Amino acid sequence: MTRTVVYNLIQLLFVIGFGPLYAGVLSRFKENVQSKRGPSIFQPYRDLWKLFHKDEVVSSETTWIFRFTPYLVFVIPLFVASLIPVLTDYPLAFAFMGDMLAGGFFLALAGFFAALAAVDTGNPYGPMGASRTRMVGFLAEPVFMIVFFTVSFVAQSTIPYIVQKKWVASPAAFFSPAHILLLIAFFMLILAEGGRIPVDNPSGHFELAMIDESKGLEYSGRGAALMKWGGQMKFLVLTCIFLNVLLAPWGLADDLQPGHVLLAIPLILIKILLFTVVLVMIETSLAKLRLFRISEFLGAAFIISVAAMIASIFSTSAV
Amino acid sequence: MAGSQTQLIEGLNALSAGLILLTAFGMVATRQVQGVMRFFIVQSLFLAASAFLIGFNRGSIHLLALGAITIAAKVIAIPWVLKRTLPGDLYERREINQVINIPSSLLLALLLAIAAEFLVSPLLATTADPVIHANLPIGLAGILIGGYSLIARREALPQLIGILAMENGAFFAGIAIAPDLPLIAELVIAIDVVLIAVVVGVLTRNITQTIGTSEAASMSELREEPRP
Repeated sequence: MTRTVVYNLIQLLFVIGFGPLYAGVLSRFKENVQSKRGPSIFQPYRDLWKLFHKDEVVSSETTWIFRFTPYLVFVIPLFVASLIPVLTDYPLAFAFMGDMLAGGFFLALAGFFAALAAVDTGNPYGPMGASRTRMVGFLAEPVFMIVFFTVSFVAQSTIPYIVQKKWVASPAAFFSPAHILLLIAFFMLILAEGGRIPVDNPSGHFELAMIDESKGLEYSGRGAALMKWGGQMKFLVLTCIFLNVLLAPWGLADDLQPGHVLLAIPLILIKILLFTVVLVMIETSLAKLRLFRISEFLGAAFIISVAAMIASIFSTSAV
Repeated sequence: MAGSQTQLIEGLNALSAGLILLTAFGMVATRQVQGVMRFFIVQSLFLAASAFLIGFNRGSIHLLALGAITIAAKVIAIPWVLKRTLPGDLYERREINQVINIPSSLLLALLLAIAAEFLVSPLLATTADPVIHANLPIGLAGILIGGYSLIARREALPQLIGILAMENGAFFAGIAIAPDLPLIAELVIAIDVVLIAVVVGVLTRNITQTIGTSEAASMSELREEPRP
């Protein structure tokens, strides 16, 4: 029992520690592919260090929401990380605290407060970005729901650890149309939720075109650092769900030995590195969609997820 | 070990079934004529892959030959024929004014896919063959979605690809439920499909040369003078 608690804490430290590295590797790769040199992969750490040592300026017009939000944005990905398999394939101490649905609700809570904080400042770009994020959010919500439904149809559970076991069990389940369609829908969802390229440009500096970024414009110092770090951890957590639960549920520690749990860290890092290559290919070969085309993008994700659901319903009811 | 190999092949066949459904949705969702063409080529490749897999599994030389015919006819011959007969700028065209916009089209396509699953579910209850379970509903969905894009598209080339996608769907369902269809029949169909592509291609080329457009929607009148 104490061991699983310790592993759970290691899992959280993994997410805290490697979130910025993931963002750094991603941006470095992207710049390299576009034949630029790009910043060091450790640049996000330096940015965070710099921001933590700067003074924080908070407008006197803001309420407690503005000051509370960075902490929430920082903590929520950690809650989610304690529910999902990051390093081990057996449930850890906190795993039965909630299922995938709870994870979705947690992330939605952070998004809700981030949007409120953006409106709170009165900066004209903040509410604009917040309303756009909400638009992406409410289009992504049904896809999330359908993905959960499909997962629960197939695996008879929404606890991520049990779902993950289901896909490992047999190649027939792994290659079933439901699983493949689910993967594609969830991948499109990650691109939308993480603010990656067909939906949003993470490296853009033009406020009018921002979707995700403009919510944090008013933050400075520690608040900005926490918002940034929280965003990076959220993307890492979403990637871990995608890779460890759905796409490549191999290479996780399967017993209680500490060595195996530590060995799982480089394995998951390698998986994330491969995923980064795919992400960079997508980001450099596609252009950002116009705002009103986003509904088509997420509409397609919705259609694919519903197709996955009907495929799973009809194939399981027949057997 | 033979059992697990069969299972793997059935899994891969189901995978190509899922991807065929995905490419069918892709054809509905794409604006660019060139993009629709690419989705069709990819769909035909998965169709051939499915034929190879089922043929290998059942030891049927017919199906292996069928996969080869599919690649020859649909992946190589039809794109080549259309590229030769149609003027190049047709490929660069986009359909901006759809009859029904793309999200609604996708929803309709989804409803067609659900309808297909419902329609075949009583048939599927009679058999436990996983290959039929994978191919029959998705083949029918392919037919319905191809028919839908035939109706809803405005440009001539996507309409043609709608017909060809219907044929793909029928083929996909057919290889699962009637694997011992005489090879000659399949060969006739394959040649037929290429001929359809030639005829529609030449027709579209002539229409485009005379009228200057290949939009079916703007050909609703039989007068030669321009509209007032």
